[in-house]
Amino acid sequence: MKLIAAMSGGVDSAVAAARAVEAGHQVVGVHLALSSNPQKYRSGARGCCTIEDSHDARRAADVIGIPFYIWDMAEEFHQEVVENFLSEYSAGRTPNPCLRCNEKIKFAAVLERAKAMGFDGVVTGHYAILKETPNGKTLNRAVDISKDQSYVLAVLNEEQLQGAHFPLGDTPKSEIRKEAERRGLAVANKPDSHDICFVPSGDNAGWLRERLGSETGPIVDQAGNKLGEHHGAYTYTIGQRKGLGLTTPTSDGSPRFVLKIEPVSNTVVVGPKEELAISKIIGARAIWCGAKPSQNWQTGFVQVRAHGSALPAKYRAIGSNGEVLEVELNEPLLGVANGQAAVIYDGDRVVGSATISETA
Amino acid sequence: MSIYLDHAATSPLRQEALTALINQLKEVGNPSSLHTFGRDTRKALEEAREKIAKFVSAKPSEIIFTSSGTESNNLAIKGLFWKSNRKVIVVSAIEHHAVLDPAKWLAEKEGAEVIEIPVSHDGIIDIDFLSNLISKREAEIALISVMHSNNETGALQPISEVIKIAGEIPVHCDAVQSLGKVPLEFSGLTAMSINAHKLGGPIGIGALVLKRGIDIPALLHGGGQEREIRSGTLNAPLAAAFAAVLENYPSSKINDLKNRLISGINAGIKDCIINTNSNSLPGIVNVTIPGTTGETLLLLLDLEGIACSTGAACSAGVHRPSHVLMAMGRSDEIALSSIRFSIGPNNSETEIDKLLEVLPAVIEKARLAK
Repeated sequence: MKLIAAMSGGVDSAVAAARAVEAGHQVVGVHLALSSNPQKYRSGARGCCTIEDSHDARRAADVIGIPFYIWDMAEEFHQEVVENFLSEYSAGRTPNPCLRCNEKIKFAAVLERAKAMGFDGVVTGHYAILKETPNGKTLNRAVDISKDQSYVLAVLNEEQLQGAHFPLGDTPKSEIRKEAERRGLAVANKPDSHDICFVPSGDNAGWLRERLGSETGPIVDQAGNKLGEHHGAYTYTIGQRKGLGLTTPTSDGSPRFVLKIEPVSNTVVVGPKEELAISKIIGARAIWCGAKPSQNWQTGFVQVRAHGSALPAKYRAIGSNGEVLEVELNEPLLGVANGQAAVIYDGDRVVGSATISETA
Repeated sequence: MSIYLDHAATSPLRQEALTALINQLKEVGNPSSLHTFGRDTRKALEEAREKIAKFVSAKPSEIIFTSSGTESNNLAIKGLFWKSNRKVIVVSAIEHHAVLDPAKWLAEKEGAEVIEIPVSHDGIIDIDFLSNLISKREAEIALISVMHSNNETGALQPISEVIKIAGEIPVHCDAVQSLGKVPLEFSGLTAMSINAHKLGGPIGIGALVLKRGIDIPALLHGGGQEREIRSGTLNAPLAAAFAAVLENYPSSKINDLKNRLISGINAGIKDCIINTNSNSLPGIVNVTIPGTTGETLLLLLDLEGIACSTGAACSAGVHRPSHVLMAMGRSDEIALSSIRFSIGPNNSETEIDKLLEVLPAVIEKARLAK
């Protein structure tokens, strides 16, 4: 096959490209420039869009022996990921930009461009396993659970999965680093990227405040009594305990947690831990990896955070087209934020995902 | 089959240059040394200097060897500005970044005022604009810098007219793309940048032709070589190789290939706009292919074995709309959907025909990929 290898300049995508070449594919390396002013976004070597990263990707492509180009995706990235990140936060939700980037950039804009240019698909360094089944490709957890990225890939639809290639899913990360070293890739020991690639300082709240302003608003308890003030409701996350800056203690001295973010009234509601517990999740924009489930309850597992664990639950698809996911957890869960993805697993297999719009 | 059509970026080393380079590399001696070895190397260097001077109708003492066209441009722009007590730097809007950026740097750091001369739709500077500017602000202008020909479109600029209306104002000319390809004379200019590798000489050597009696501050201080304007051990092998490629550039053959490509595009490929006018360098064809992006065209052509170029790339390699095409009144989108083919001595009619043959399919894919 003819494949585009999306090369971030990190070790994973470099090894993925090398493995694709070894598997006999004709591979062309592409580094995605995600900022029109690359230095602006991050100065270290941990991100995905610095000049240093593009250089590392180029050198990896040289070593592997494949052509290498830079694709300017800055505009698409800004519109689809950065703008969405801002609008989600200002609506009081907590978005996952990596997931958004996979859905709208890597396996949409890039995959489409690749196909138009005569390529068959896109290979990335994501840790997940794709399995061919009679009913099409399925998405499954990686062998290395600590690195598993099936959660941030669960937004991909069937067509996107068809064009995706994840050669690393069967190998632990530590092995990948050794393999990179064996292959002579200079990025073998490059630190993993963390944080959000377009927030240079890692200071998410500060970054948001700069762009969304810092409008002061009340922090209230569930009865509506004002306990303090905040400088931008969007800098809070459901379940957050630290950094509330409240001076009035609760009657029993127990800590308070962010229960609710109300963007219209710019209000943050706090309360006791037990109020965070939810057992019902409604997810919008459901995407099913394969056949959509029936309207009857089924048992499975749900994961609501990128690094969370999968919890036993029952789920069903509702709405006229199965576009809404309804989940009932077996045990209550604390601090689930709207805007995150709820991903349904059947064992290691991803059944589908949806954006959490409501919890109870 | 691979077809190299990026000679304006750099051109393959010609045999004459390689021979001269190797012969001189075998010799020892610092040209500034006083013993026999030094004198012999100096002799080779000075012979090269004389050839280059003669070729551009300058005096040997007017040739200051540098490392590149970029260095020559920096030396000229900064040097002429520092030498003057005037604050205005006039440049054409389509100069190479090696001219624009030192001028902008002087504006940021040293209070210069940079005025850009606009260009026509064909990419030729507006002489009337310059003439009006000079009549209004003559006493404030430190220097005027206009390139001999543009590196992206090939458009030849009316340098003799610039010299005429500049009067006493120093004029610098970036002639890097023109040297050896079209008639080029130093006469009337204060400074002129040239280099070797656009012509099939080695990368790493250029010269600033600087009028006798004009002393400008140095960028590099040290041994005092090159009229104390450019210190650093003189590089006789590179200078000899530079001098070896001045003559015999096959301009008329290259011009025929250019016309073959332009008429092929006009005849066979719908909707393309040729941005290169008739009064241009022999080898450059700049073309806009609406509905595509230059970066996609480049990739697809590269995979077919054909090397061309988009506009300028930023340090991370991201394709930016060309400031040259923008100055010519093209939109961002048009500028981004343009590519440059630059033809050189080793290209053939067969290669041009091959390009014309693969272009339609490449364009079709590039349009889908947009």
